Amino acid sequence: MLLLPSAVIVFGVIFYPVLRTLIISFFEVNSAVPITTPFVGVRNYSDIFGNADFWSSIGRTLYFTIGSTVLELVLGMGLALLLNAPIKLRWLFRAIVVLPWALPTVVNGAMWKGVFNAQYGSLNALLTQLHLIHAYKLWLGTPHSAMNSLIIADVWKTTPLVAFFLLAGLQGIPSEIYESVRVDGAGSVRAFFSITLPLLIPSISIVLILRTIDAFKVFDLVYVLTGGGPADGTQTIAYFTYVQAFSDQRFGYGSALATVIVACILVLSAIYLRLLRRDEMSLL
Amino acid sequence: MTATTENVPTPAAPAETPRRAPKRRSVKGGSTRYHVFVNVMALIVSLIILAPFAWMVIASVESPADLIRVPYHWIPAHLDFSRYRDIIEGKGTDVARAFRSSVLNSIIVAAGTVIVAITVGIFGAYAFAMLKFRFRRATLVIFLVTYMLPPIALLIPLYLIMSSLGLLDSKLGLVIIYSSYVTPFVLWILSNYFLTIPRELEEAARVDGCSRMGALFRVMLPVARPGLFATIMFAFLLSWDEFLYALIFTSTPNAETIPVAIANFAGRYSTDFGLVAAGGLIASVPPVLLAIAFQRFIVDGLSAGAVKG
Repeated sequence: MLLLPSAVIVFGVIFYPVLRTLIISFFEVNSAVPITTPFVGVRNYSDIFGNADFWSSIGRTLYFTIGSTVLELVLGMGLALLLNAPIKLRWLFRAIVVLPWALPTVVNGAMWKGVFNAQYGSLNALLTQLHLIHAYKLWLGTPHSAMNSLIIADVWKTTPLVAFFLLAGLQGIPSEIYESVRVDGAGSVRAFFSITLPLLIPSISIVLILRTIDAFKVFDLVYVLTGGGPADGTQTIAYFTYVQAFSDQRFGYGSALATVIVACILVLSAIYLRLLRRDEMSLL
Repeated sequence: MTATTENVPTPAAPAETPRRAPKRRSVKGGSTRYHVFVNVMALIVSLIILAPFAWMVIASVESPADLIRVPYHWIPAHLDFSRYRDIIEGKGTDVARAFRSSVLNSIIVAAGTVIVAITVGIFGAYAFAMLKFRFRRATLVIFLVTYMLPPIALLIPLYLIMSSLGLLDSKLGLVIIYSSYVTPFVLWILSNYFLTIPRELEEAARVDGCSRMGALFRVMLPVARPGLFATIMFAFLLSWDEFLYALIFTSTPNAETIPVAIANFAGRYSTDFGLVAAGGLIASVPPVLLAIAFQRFIVDGLSAGAVKG
């Protein structure tokens, strides 16, 4: 009974659309107010899997996911250790670290678009004044460098979140364990690799799964920073779907794409929930 | 008695120091070199985090000519606050006017969403945490999975539905959609918070004659207040940040939220980055202040299984 209001709101707005997405994906719908919507069976799906653009957008999504997640995990680990360390003005440091996480994603994208700008961007200004480059560069000019810029912008914003996740895990490690290791004469580097890292594996795997799910959804940053360009070089899967469905008005095809994404995300979510349950979650 | 204890703080202090010092030393080696190292690292990290943000602040108060000067001067010769004035007073260019209305839209939509999601979420979370019923786990998992679904998967049918209901480009439409997206999240976090409250507290209230609702409102909510505030903050951030739905479902300053306005100007008016920077900074004020105020809840919230990306 108490759940009813939540159920109405969530499922009313989610279940029906999900079903509808699934249904539309078997039709050819080329307008918001279509005149005819011929049933095409699985043709939308066979079109997807036969489309080279789809596979390259999957490739880009993977590149983005692996690049950003690896960097965020490594840097986030360091940041979590720093957040846990006895530093001066700790509250100020924490407030600074929270900043990128709190910044709206779109603002983050707009900010980095300015930083990478070819005419007035601060990255160009900084690097020329340090004599590291001779002339201003088009950072967003080639597909490859635009993709890397995208990863940098994402790493700047998301590393604090990863660090907070890992910090939560770090704080759960009892300090007696470290004491016993010290008694055994291990240095702090050894202690990190033999104690901290293994004990953080649950937190790390949760971060990995969540970041992968997010990468399938990444849209805002791409939209603002590169607009999917240049030469579609930064079109990740969510952006590709958006272009197909809304720019090209191919709603049937777009729905089939969305269904493929949902299938991937459901698999990842299942892994995530399994991990959470192992993580002494009494609710699950 | 109290006067004497206050007058002799010295015996207490040494007792305190040795208790703490070995703990730190045992964890990290405790040498001065280590302390210098972490502090220097913290300083470097802070600078890296602050650098792009600080430049955005500078760009927002710098004249357009100074902004595009090569070689660039990092400290502007004179400060130009006209962009902020234009946005706040809603005059000058169309851009400034649209920014102003989008900020108002964002506030209305986020507030509406938070109210709906928290109200229904409180009841649902109470049910998950305190009641035993069939399929409890399965229901919770379904709620969590809906939160994981990418907006892009719901976008097409929602667009068709909203256009047939005439809810395109309306704040009400956005509140409805956002509530469905924020509620599972609220349910998840709040039920985890409720779970940390000792059951005996609720049972005692029931024994004293409170109804279930009475126990919820008189006992549970006051005890869970910190968690409730943190959840409100997370819910607010989620709806303030949302972009894809807002992009598709709004098209005029009538309902455009701040992320949409910024995205539009970052694309269309890339000549004056300063104006985008000023708008972006204004859009960042509420979430950044909230996050700093509630930062100690972030770690707790995340360990409770928060799933904000």
